[in-house]
Amino acid sequence: MIRLLKSREALLVAVIIALTALIASRFPAFIAPANLVNVFTDTSPLIILAIGQAIVILTRCIDLSVASNLALTGMVCAMVNVAYPDLPIPVIIGMALMLGAALGAINGILVWKLTIPPIVVTLGTLTIYRGIIFVISDGAWVNAHEMSASFTGFPRAEILGLPVLAWLAILTAATFFVVIARTPLGRSFYAVGGNPNASVYAGINVGRTQFWAFVLSGMLAGLTGYLWVARYSVAYVDIAKGFELEVVAACVIGGIAIAGGAGTVMGAILGAIFLGIIKNALPVVGISPFWQLAISGAAIVIAVAFNARAGRAKGRIILKKAEAQAQGATAS
Amino acid sequence: MTDITARQIPDRLQSPVLKAFKSWETLLLAVAIAIFITNSFLSPYFLNAWNLSDATFNFTEKAMIAFAMALLIVAGEIDLSVASIIALASTAMGWALQFDVGVVPLVLIGLGTGLVCGAFNGFLVTGLGLPSIVVTIGTMSLFRGISYIILGDQGFRGYPSEFSYFGQGYVWWVISFEFVLFAVLALLYYMLLHRTNFGRAVYAIGNNPTGALFSGIRVARVKFILFLLTGLMAGVAAICLTARLGSTRPTIALGWELEIVTMVVLGGVNILGGSGTIPGVVIAAFVMGLVTFGLGLLNVPGIVMSIFIGCLLIGVIALPRLWSMWRA
Repeated sequence: MIRLLKSREALLVAVIIALTALIASRFPAFIAPANLVNVFTDTSPLIILAIGQAIVILTRCIDLSVASNLALTGMVCAMVNVAYPDLPIPVIIGMALMLGAALGAINGILVWKLTIPPIVVTLGTLTIYRGIIFVISDGAWVNAHEMSASFTGFPRAEILGLPVLAWLAILTAATFFVVIARTPLGRSFYAVGGNPNASVYAGINVGRTQFWAFVLSGMLAGLTGYLWVARYSVAYVDIAKGFELEVVAACVIGGIAIAGGAGTVMGAILGAIFLGIIKNALPVVGISPFWQLAISGAAIVIAVAFNARAGRAKGRIILKKAEAQAQGATAS
Repeated sequence: MTDITARQIPDRLQSPVLKAFKSWETLLLAVAIAIFITNSFLSPYFLNAWNLSDATFNFTEKAMIAFAMALLIVAGEIDLSVASIIALASTAMGWALQFDVGVVPLVLIGLGTGLVCGAFNGFLVTGLGLPSIVVTIGTMSLFRGISYIILGDQGFRGYPSEFSYFGQGYVWWVISFEFVLFAVLALLYYMLLHRTNFGRAVYAIGNNPTGALFSGIRVARVKFILFLLTGLMAGVAAICLTARLGSTRPTIALGWELEIVTMVVLGGVNILGGSGTIPGVVIAAFVMGLVTFGLGLLNVPGIVMSIFIGCLLIGVIALPRLWSMWRA
């Protein structure tokens, strides 16, 4: 019980409640149920992506290509919809998941089979995927009037007062709670990140586990790609540019250790909600949206510093530091 | 990355001539010459002294940062915030314009901002012991974010005309000031990495930080100095770029960190640290400059070039590994 109260998740919940209360004390309209639903729906893409990123970071990797993957998959979905307006939505979603997973698998293969550092691989694919959007679309936009009504309507349709987009975020979270906590693959994500050498002796294929982490992250990015394009009813080269930084920020704030092996899906979700509330509160409080980039940057730096402190206070293995220094190259 | 690989110990040493012939730098030089020849056949405008001089602007500013980044990567760290430091340094200089300062204070402000940003990164990494990759991803949004806060959707312009010399001036005939600065810095960094104790310490740290520490090297201090140098070089690049463009926008040098890291890796620096040379980075700068200039002459859009650079970054690391896997 005390451990639960002292956990990062409890701390984040307290901070989120305090922050919301602070905003509500000046602007009561902010906590109207309708507005809270809006805030949550607005944060849903970030939540979905943060879950995927959390898994990748757990295995000591990082996926900087998620935003480009999202934009590319979104553009392909939009173009397919324009070419075949009668294609049912489940087919589109299936396609988005597959394409996203394939793009993630490319990252995964390069990390697994060629042992190229993940940061280099995903910095490369970040530009490559973004460039491919330009090549397939010729730099043109796909606009709302070109998309079919069911294509753009799906994420906005309401079930029990919540839009489908928000339900999908909840569904993703529920699925990954189970995957992480109850499947061998989910446990091996922790093992690989916690101690790669030991997991080899435990019979876990480190590279393959990292590969699956990238596939899952890519798959969720693909799903978000369709939802994003449908929700905003527009697809162009630059959508979600730089969003990968916000996703990493959500994970780091949520207490996912960048050295791998520590953190929870719940933490990543709370980190995303924290950023989502700040993002939505800025215009309410009357601060220019230009502040947002600096705020998420500062949040990353503070959270990383805080994570390191928290890790040290627990006295998590004295050797960890020497080991991390010796293997520091692995993380970078 | 998780395999424990034993070091290969050869039965006898290779002859120095053969070693030089088989080195990465020689291969890269051959590639550079091949690109040069291909370009001159593909476009009639390529072989023109002024055009070639213009082409150097494609890489001089990036290469200045790449030298310092090479040392940082050899030491096992990385700085992804360099492009944002350029934006912040350029914004600081533009902000100072309203006080009607002269050229010298402008330059000092640019360099100072770079140093402060580098010191901030260095403090977070060495002082608090945080991983450089995440810290600099954070400061990457922080520094550019401050630029956005100051500028919003506006821009600064109206730099003094003498200031533009740093970006547009020519020392002699087609030899630009930037190119001379690039050459001088290349020489300085060559001396620093290959001819001083400091340079040896950088290699030692990259190969085995714990071993280096026990050998009496002040690991944290060396790393801090490297972050300072990288920040300073970003300041220098900010001065040249701002002078060349004559204006500051918050999107200045967006995405440069990728090209700079690509340049360093293409130059044969091991991304995991411990090896790499400055001559390699210099040749890599020429390769990238010639390629982007050649593609530009063929009217290839910038974003398509970025696909090429992304493939280059992955390919340069992947190909040697594929080659050794194929031979095994």
